[in-house]
Amino acid sequence: MVSVPVSTTINSDEVEFLCRADESLLDVLRNRLGLMGAKEGCGTGDCGACSVIMDGRIVCSCLVLGAEAEGRTIETIEGMADGNELHPLQKKFIEHAALQCGICTPGFLMAAKALLDANPDPTEEEIRFWLAGNLCRCTGYDKIVRAVADAAQEMRGKRA
Amino acid sequence: MNFDPTYRSQKFRSVGTRPRRPDGIDKVTGRARYGADFNMPGQLVGRILRSPHAHARIVRIDTARAEAVKGVKAIVTASDLPDLTNGNQSLFNILDNCMARSKVLYDGHAVAAVAAIDANAAKQALKLIEVEYEVLPHVVDVDAAMLPDAPLIDKTLFTGGVEPTPETPSNVALRSEFGHGDIESGFAQADIVVERSYRTEQTHQGYIEPHACVASCNSDGTAELWVCTQGHFVFRQTCADLLGLDVSKLRVTSSEIGGGFGGKTHVWVEPVALALSRKAGRPVKLVMSREEVFRASGPTSATSIDVKIGARKDGTITAAAANLRYTNGPYADIWAELGAMTSFACYDLENVKTVGFEVLVNRPKVAAYRAPSAPMAAFAVESTIDELAQELGMDPVEFRIQNAASEGTKSSYGPVYGPIGIGPTLEAAQSHPHVKAPLGPNQGRGMACGFWFNFGGQTCTDLNVNVDGTVTLAVGTVDVGGSRASLSLIAAEELGIAYEDVKAVVADTATLGYNDMTDGSRGTFSSSMATISAARNAIGVMRHRAALQWDIPVEDVTWEDGNAKASGEKYGNLSPLSIKEIAAASGNTGGPIAGHSEMVADGAGVSFATHICDVEVDPETGSTRIVRYTVIQDAGKAVHPAYVEGQYQGGAAQGIGWALNEEYIYGEDGRLQNPGFLDYRIPVCSDLPMIDTQILEIPNPNHPYGVRGVGETSIVPPLAAIANAISNAVGIRMTHIPMSPPRILAALNRERNQ
Repeated sequence: MVSVPVSTTINSDEVEFLCRADESLLDVLRNRLGLMGAKEGCGTGDCGACSVIMDGRIVCSCLVLGAEAEGRTIETIEGMADGNELHPLQKKFIEHAALQCGICTPGFLMAAKALLDANPDPTEEEIRFWLAGNLCRCTGYDKIVRAVADAAQEMRGKRA
Repeated sequence: MNFDPTYRSQKFRSVGTRPRRPDGIDKVTGRARYGADFNMPGQLVGRILRSPHAHARIVRIDTARAEAVKGVKAIVTASDLPDLTNGNQSLFNILDNCMARSKVLYDGHAVAAVAAIDANAAKQALKLIEVEYEVLPHVVDVDAAMLPDAPLIDKTLFTGGVEPTPETPSNVALRSEFGHGDIESGFAQADIVVERSYRTEQTHQGYIEPHACVASCNSDGTAELWVCTQGHFVFRQTCADLLGLDVSKLRVTSSEIGGGFGGKTHVWVEPVALALSRKAGRPVKLVMSREEVFRASGPTSATSIDVKIGARKDGTITAAAANLRYTNGPYADIWAELGAMTSFACYDLENVKTVGFEVLVNRPKVAAYRAPSAPMAAFAVESTIDELAQELGMDPVEFRIQNAASEGTKSSYGPVYGPIGIGPTLEAAQSHPHVKAPLGPNQGRGMACGFWFNFGGQTCTDLNVNVDGTVTLAVGTVDVGGSRASLSLIAAEELGIAYEDVKAVVADTATLGYNDMTDGSRGTFSSSMATISAARNAIGVMRHRAALQWDIPVEDVTWEDGNAKASGEKYGNLSPLSIKEIAAASGNTGGPIAGHSEMVADGAGVSFATHICDVEVDPETGSTRIVRYTVIQDAGKAVHPAYVEGQYQGGAAQGIGWALNEEYIYGEDGRLQNPGFLDYRIPVCSDLPMIDTQILEIPNPNHPYGVRGVGETSIVPPLAAIANAISNAVGIRMTHIPMSPPRILAALNRERNQ
């Protein structure tokens, strides 16, 4: 099978790669670009562990083809912190003990960032439904919801 | 050095605080490396071919066409994993489960494996492996498997634990019995007897990270394995046994683990990956797909349970009995036995008898799942207790308090209890605002109790004092939920230094002595005991070094708050030596400073919990929503309370999924019909409310700080608590888990039509 050349932007960097036409964006990120923060929990778009933001929209990278990244802007967990300065969501996840094993954490953080980018002041119900595409088996979601709400509050304070 | 593990009350400085976990930044930045996040030079991709049949004889396997695929470097079948188990039946069962030998025993059983230069070549090769099967009759249902004419999984299996041994083979591997007193006379004394039968369906641990490993075998007999596991030392032993390797030559490194809940205490693909690497002469990465995880790893037992409990009108239970039948998958284990042991552990009973039956079926080999076997038994018992309280006209909490076990009670499974938490958790429930909160229409409230033994086990820890006075703690229990934070707190507490000055790591099998797995809620319990022992040994060394520096007898040196102090007025002019000063001088006072500890951590204190739950049942759809949930559990001593709460909440959430949604669904053909997260639906964020927690601390007398395991008990009460709440909401007694909308709707319709 002939490879497809792709030019895209990942975490503000211009990136070029070759991939097979049937290769998922998740496999490209993990196997070709060394961006292993996105995880494969199911490969069928049911668990959200591979969540990335593409052109401002949260997607399961296992359901996007690598070739579809052409000309797009992609954000992954590796680009969430500003150097050594963690994003407020990252800080709050640690502070609230919102992770146990941590395998779902990159996906949750990307989904939560997409939420707060779209809605800086979500209700608990909005947080719960927005994050319903991300599975966590360890925490029962309680501390995740609290961390997201707390981060939203802190970010609103900074904006004001 | 002698180590005294006895509990001593003390005021804690570090223990009980909530610092940031040491692996936090790696895990929020995507840097933490899990099973699938590791690569080796020249690594191949491994894939496994699995049986489409529930039960079949393997007539022939032809790999010739698959071997001819470009890029294929090795194909292994059972012949590449010769039987080295030397009559050890349980080890043989592990081998047979990793790669089927003469028969496939369940849908998803491995029959062959491929290593190729990429996933496409491997997939293509799998399609070209020809397996000829002779399909055999199968059985997946626990009660059907016990019938005399059921298809036999193993024709050489005769029920154990029965005198005399039966003359005909069956699918019942073992009968076990627990209890004391005389239940017949006990039931004769009862004014009311409630007898019910229950069923629970098979569930999966549902960890988000599929099993993954990278195996590398060298031609000199050495090998390395990188793997997500709950116990790398145990994996090393099992893999070395199955592949004929020297234990010392197989080095196993545990990756970060993306959830296990018991499912990663068993080897599945690791011996196959090693066999592929050995044959190909290159490293092999083998990662299970989600479908493979469901079909071929992990699940808990499906069960069928009868419970009979009798009580006098004054609320005293006079007798209790249970008959428990648990699926084991195709290999005999002790899952029903654990159910039989835990059934009535919460209560002080004069007459009690439980009987367990291990039943073989054509389903995947059952693996431990968080307090394995206890939730199903508790569902049956706590539902019956609830109904009995209703019949007696008693408050369900009050009824349980009246019959609760306490210190000195002879437990239903044998031992006599020390100080325990069942009474206190019930009393806390009684006074909790939750039980007084108003309920809305179609809402109901239920409560239930749960028990888990907790384990201790073999533990080894190294504590190194670095030259700058900071401490590196190497432990051998895999960190499944924050134990590096809790063990750092423990080391800081014992040494009298800051939490930030301790760095805990999980050591690999080549750099630390043997450790049992992180199972039985033992991680923080046992490794903290070993850490305290190691810290005390290091303090002994540091006192000695201070004595040398001061040139005084070591007996005159004490250790307080991270400093060596010369005790006695004659040393009035000697200012204390800090750990930093002692460490800085160590090169001139005898060399590196370390404390080691090797032990069997005995005395894991038993654990109890009481849960309260409010539900709302939609009478039109049968759908149930959890409105409010409260977990009250004894932690002994909560080392890092945020992660203790996390364990309580996570276990409750898993129990909620089990109670309401999750189940393995098999077709008539014995194939699993829902091997994915879309059709096997675990709770999502919008399904749940906040889960309130209350931590009780009844010190474990066998641990210096009073710590008990906290990880498992929280999954035990939810099944019954929710069933009792549903019964309270809509007046129907659900006896079949999961209580999914179709089952509840059917029960409501039956009720309406009566």
